[in-house]
Amino acid sequence: MSSTTNTSQHHTSTIGAIGTPSRRNTELALLVFSVVIPVFAYVNVGLAIDDKVPTGLLSYGLGLGLIAGVGHVVVRKFAPYADPLLLPLATLLNGVGLVVIWRLDQSKRLQLRSTFVEAAPRQLLYSALGVALFVAVLVLLKDHRILQRYTYISMAGAIVLLVLPLVPGLGVDIFGARIWIKIPGLGTVQPGEFAKIALAIFFAGYLMVKRDALALASRRFMGLYLPRGRDLGPIIVVWIISILILVFETDLGTSLLFFGMFIIMLYVATERTSWIVFGLLMSAAGAVGVASFETHVQQRVEAWLDPMNEYLLSQKGVPGHTEQSMQALWAFGSGGTLGTGLGQGNSDLIGFAANSDFILATFGEELGLAGVMAILLLYGLIVERGVRTALAARDPFGKLLAIGLSGAFALQVFVVAGGVMGLIPLTGMTMPFLAYGGSSVIANWALIGILLRISDTARRPAPAPAPNPDAEMTQVVRP
Amino acid sequence: MSELTLTVMRLGFLAVLWLFVIVAVQVIRSDLFGTRVTQRGSRRDSGRQQQAAARQAAAPPQQRQQQPSGGGRQRRGAPSKLVVSEGTLTGTTVALQGQTVTLGRAHDSTIVLDDDYASSRHARIYPDRDGQWIVEDLGSTNGTYLDRTRLTTPTPIPLGAPIRIGKTVIELRK
Repeated sequence: MSSTTNTSQHHTSTIGAIGTPSRRNTELALLVFSVVIPVFAYVNVGLAIDDKVPTGLLSYGLGLGLIAGVGHVVVRKFAPYADPLLLPLATLLNGVGLVVIWRLDQSKRLQLRSTFVEAAPRQLLYSALGVALFVAVLVLLKDHRILQRYTYISMAGAIVLLVLPLVPGLGVDIFGARIWIKIPGLGTVQPGEFAKIALAIFFAGYLMVKRDALALASRRFMGLYLPRGRDLGPIIVVWIISILILVFETDLGTSLLFFGMFIIMLYVATERTSWIVFGLLMSAAGAVGVASFETHVQQRVEAWLDPMNEYLLSQKGVPGHTEQSMQALWAFGSGGTLGTGLGQGNSDLIGFAANSDFILATFGEELGLAGVMAILLLYGLIVERGVRTALAARDPFGKLLAIGLSGAFALQVFVVAGGVMGLIPLTGMTMPFLAYGGSSVIANWALIGILLRISDTARRPAPAPAPNPDAEMTQVVRP
Repeated sequence: MSELTLTVMRLGFLAVLWLFVIVAVQVIRSDLFGTRVTQRGSRRDSGRQQQAAARQAAAPPQQRQQQPSGGGRQRRGAPSKLVVSEGTLTGTTVALQGQTVTLGRAHDSTIVLDDDYASSRHARIYPDRDGQWIVEDLGSTNGTYLDRTRLTTPTPIPLGAPIRIGKTVIELRK
């Protein structure tokens, strides 16, 4: 036994067991923080624009506080072990987004536009609806594995949602992309946002069953596992659907989002790098192929390659060109490192879609690089918590669903932020939580709700091992 | 509104935004639950552990070596810690505070064994009503051995007796 006592210098660590804490109080503290920050920003905007504390301060503060409070109470009651960070992060992004939307409402330039409507009160209403859906998810969905039963129903639902904008009379073509449907009396809805969640459920349920076939049956070639021809079926079907979306709805973002989400989940399910290689090749081939004949996509690519030329063309009045991409870049540029300060930039020059697709440009101008990095980190933290949830989940369906939802969230942020910043061609998607748009806010609150449900199940302490029945019959005789 | 106020507010807003990010990252750091690892060298840990560290440091090496092997078995009093004496985790100790210690490859075990012969939930060590520490095999594939005998029932652990799980050996010490 002498060898057993060599407590070496390198291993001088002590391990103490920690009972899994529920961390609801941490969440509450962070939530208070995440309500105070937008209120501060709101005061800042009011002081900068009107020289006085805005009159609506109380109602906005209370509204946001109420949303956060209801969310917190429901989480405390129905998902006590859920992740403590997701709710505060979403609340902060939603609140900061509300402030910036309100700030753009105050812009004289935007008020003169014929299509001007006060967006901030509506966005507050949408946020409340979103949190209502969030609450409904947590209350009604007792266990995320129930969703597994609806694998193929959610596939059908997702396809219906994706096809709806193409139905004549129902779908409306807004500025070159057919991704909206018009509901009389309610306004327009972007069904793609909800299809995102339905598709994640379908992919998770499908891949959980099929992953062994997709992972094991393969040949090795040049360090890559090549799947058998017949196993390529699903990826080709999803690829064709995403190409069809691109062609008929002329929306690069939605198409990229769905295909990317499938590739991420396929990779996680099978642990085969070859799927990523295939996915990248196929999406590149698809995008290039479609761009060769679809003029709308061509325009976007040209605007991406040479935004200045695009700007000059639109100034000359050539139809089909937009000055927005260049204006967004100027907004980022004039923001510099620390920004001009809330309410003191000129990003409202972007005009149309300044508060939806291009909202990040306002952040770039008024909060500067430092602010945009913080915002992107907040998104990064949401994705990190989602991936963490997937790692902690004990069932494969929950793992895949969590990775799918957070992967889709990350892709959406990348596609929008990359588009606005000129990294990739611009697409008509919205920044989750920040941008003005009812469908987006509501769908993303539901997404956070599902993630919280999975993380509650994952972090709940495992039941103590059942006592061995033999053990009770044996008498332990002590010396 | 004066330029100064607005500048202060602008920088203040960026500061609180970043503060939130930093606090969130701190929460993530403290959220890596399962096991808490405290470096014995650093003086940041709680008083009791500091005392333990001080005692450890003060005790001459020969004395420490004798403690578990020779007379340890007859010594009265409850063991205060669990020490991994062989295997990849050699030198790791767990303070025994009346809580169940789980062993296995599962990431939520108290001691996460990196051992090919260990099951994901291999065994647990817990105090019974009298404070006697008991080891129980949780239906592992390769078994848990107390010294050389394979466990079939929950068994009290004598002080210093080696518990073998695959290549890992664990013992209780005062």
